[in-house]
Amino acid sequence: MTASDDLLGEDEVVIEATLNGRPLKRRVKARQHLADFLRQEMELTGTHLGCEHGICGACTVLIDGRTARGCLTLAAQISGKTVDTIEGLAESGKLTELQAEFIARNAAQCGFCSSGMLLTAYELLSRDETLSRAQIREFISGNMCRCTGYHAIVDAVEAAMTARGRS
Amino acid sequence: MFASDHRAQPAMKARNFRYIRPLSLDHAYRILSDNEGDAVPLAGGQSLLATLNMRLSAPKLLVDISELKELAGESLAAGCLRLGALTLHRELLGSKLVKKHVPLLARAASHIGHVAIRNRGTLGGSLAYADPAAELPACAVALGAKIELGSRKGARSVQAEDFFKGLFETDLRPGELILSVNFPVMQNRNAMGFAELARRHGDFALVGLAAVATMRNERIAQARIVYFGCVDRARLAQSVSAAVEGLTTPVPNAAAFESAIRSDLAPDETPGLRADTKLHVAAVLTRRVLNSLSGSAAA
Repeated sequence: MTASDDLLGEDEVVIEATLNGRPLKRRVKARQHLADFLRQEMELTGTHLGCEHGICGACTVLIDGRTARGCLTLAAQISGKTVDTIEGLAESGKLTELQAEFIARNAAQCGFCSSGMLLTAYELLSRDETLSRAQIREFISGNMCRCTGYHAIVDAVEAAMTARGRS
Repeated sequence: MFASDHRAQPAMKARNFRYIRPLSLDHAYRILSDNEGDAVPLAGGQSLLATLNMRLSAPKLLVDISELKELAGESLAAGCLRLGALTLHRELLGSKLVKKHVPLLARAASHIGHVAIRNRGTLGGSLAYADPAAELPACAVALGAKIELGSRKGARSVQAEDFFKGLFETDLRPGELILSVNFPVMQNRNAMGFAELARRHGDFALVGLAAVATMRNERIAQARIVYFGCVDRARLAQSVSAAVEGLTTPVPNAAAFESAIRSDLAPDETPGLRADTKLHVAAVLTRRVLNSLSGSAAA
């Protein structure tokens, strides 16, 4: 490394992170966003890509337990962080109640928004608050669904929230 | 043209750039001054990444400042709440100090993007990007905030109203970073208000305003009103601010400030929304804000 190397940066970066509970060490392109990295390099295609500029929410993942846009995050930025995708969270069983409510109420039709919706709903439930239907709608407002008209999704999230409050 | 194996030629949305995560603020300064205009700071990336994906911007180097401790934190001193540039929108909503001393920021933050955006977007990023539809630049001007800037040459501080120069244009010089923002804390007689119209909660504002007032009982003794979404940059709406002084709330109609709105705002026509409509909405929202001025974070 020459004297000025620490001022130039690199177009490939080695990242070390935790992905779906397992340690990850990879060389990534600086310009590759997280959703592309997950889909193309890790073959985790449950993270969907819709608009790729932060509007639709299909690419939602969890970074350190909170929702983030996979398209508005560089893969390089996750170094040192914990990332969970729909695959990891579904396998862990943490989404079971939400998934059951989504199925029971037909809250997924084409399924394109479902991974993002489930992760956003997961963050909502993890807050341990009771939200009104209007507040649920606002919470999921960053995730677009073009099938359901949202009603069934709000029903499912509300049902999961109520069930959790009872237990 | 489709590659038979998608891994052979991975798609890249952004143009090529280099990436670096400086180890200290001083390191960041050296990188920024060494690379002149080629380097762009990256914090939350919630605006920058969208422009990169659409190739609207093509920096040669992204300097990831998101882990710099020097740019984080909140503290109360000398009548001001100092918020580090890396303060997340989510933190504006959750902070007890913000709620108590600068509740306007908590009110505004609920309108910024959506949950996932607020989890990563930063205060400094919003000010530096200077989107004319953004909430926080307007709040900073209305509150009379002071923005602390730093570079290899040293630190300086700029009043928010002098910081915003034009559409997406600020007083930031090459190699300079926003370090923190000092917001004067609310005094006893201060009240504030905020309203925004967007197609969907969290979408870009079509018209919005932030207001800070000094009240004598129900009378507005002094006001600072700043619009967003229908202006080219965050700046004090001087005519409206002057026109509402002396009004007693509740204000029955917009007669006292309707013409002032026309002299302060010159909104563009946008698809589906005529300039006249925006002016009308601005008048309606202004009256609503004046009639809901309060000292608390609750809307």
